[in-house]
Amino acid sequence: MAAIYSLYIINKSGGLIFHKDYGSAGRMDTNDSLRLASLWHSMHAISQQLSPTLGCSGIELLEADTFDLHCFQSLTGTKFFVVCEPGTQHMEGLLKFIYELYTDYVLKNPFYEMEMPIRCELFDINLSQAVQKDRVALLGR
Amino acid sequence: MMYVFNRNGVCLLYREWNRSLRTLNAQQDHKLMFGLLFSLKSLTAKMDPTSVEKGNLGVPQLTGQGCSFHSFRTNTYRLSFMESPSGIKIILVTHPRTGDLRESLKYIYNLYVEYVVKNPLYSPGMPIRSELFNMTLDQYVRGLG
Repeated sequence: MAAIYSLYIINKSGGLIFHKDYGSAGRMDTNDSLRLASLWHSMHAISQQLSPTLGCSGIELLEADTFDLHCFQSLTGTKFFVVCEPGTQHMEGLLKFIYELYTDYVLKNPFYEMEMPIRCELFDINLSQAVQKDRVALLGR
Repeated sequence: MMYVFNRNGVCLLYREWNRSLRTLNAQQDHKLMFGLLFSLKSLTAKMDPTSVEKGNLGVPQLTGQGCSFHSFRTNTYRLSFMESPSGIKIILVTHPRTGDLRESLKYIYNLYVEYVVKNPLYSPGMPIRSELFNMTLDQYVRGLG
């Protein structure tokens, strides 16, 4: 069963604004997730520098032994990345959908300050629904 | 393009077959590449969702310890990476639609062992200057493309 392990959202300066864990073994405390997010932000930027041709927009997929990491960068520089099982399909679609949820429930929220950690209930609820739906759909296949 | 690094970060070999953009000079490019890979390995070891015991970020990992990545893809290139137990890192930078190159990297590692390591005139840690190795490598990579 394809599983999503966790989801991170990074603002354009590299700070972690949202983190949700769906079932990775081992605890990761807040400091660690903050460090990992900034590290990813820098790696994303460096990978653009090393491109052999013009027009590189950074790492979209990282494949490791035990997990895959899919990253989506919006036009404003906000990055959404999800850690999932190797070979999980349709993560790009899920990331774009999460971006839509972000614009609807976070950006349009008048009390939300840009670049700050996300604390919007509706966003959380809809996000859980989207991830569950994804799981169910994949199970059904 | 292809890079081979040893465990100390010395670039033993750099070959390029088709590169249209060079943003940095060669030295900086190698250092940046090695740095990127070192940090990515550290990141994947820490971020591994299946391991229970995780070391701290930034602690140098022993070769083979912890989860390591084997490839990443951007919209303009795909980087495939392999590390041997002795710390020799082989990197191939290819077109983004290339498939899984792990077998090819293993093959290249074997070529390295045959032509470079078994050469009595080669001392470990020095840049590789073997014509035979370069030739066989070129042939193999052209065959891949």
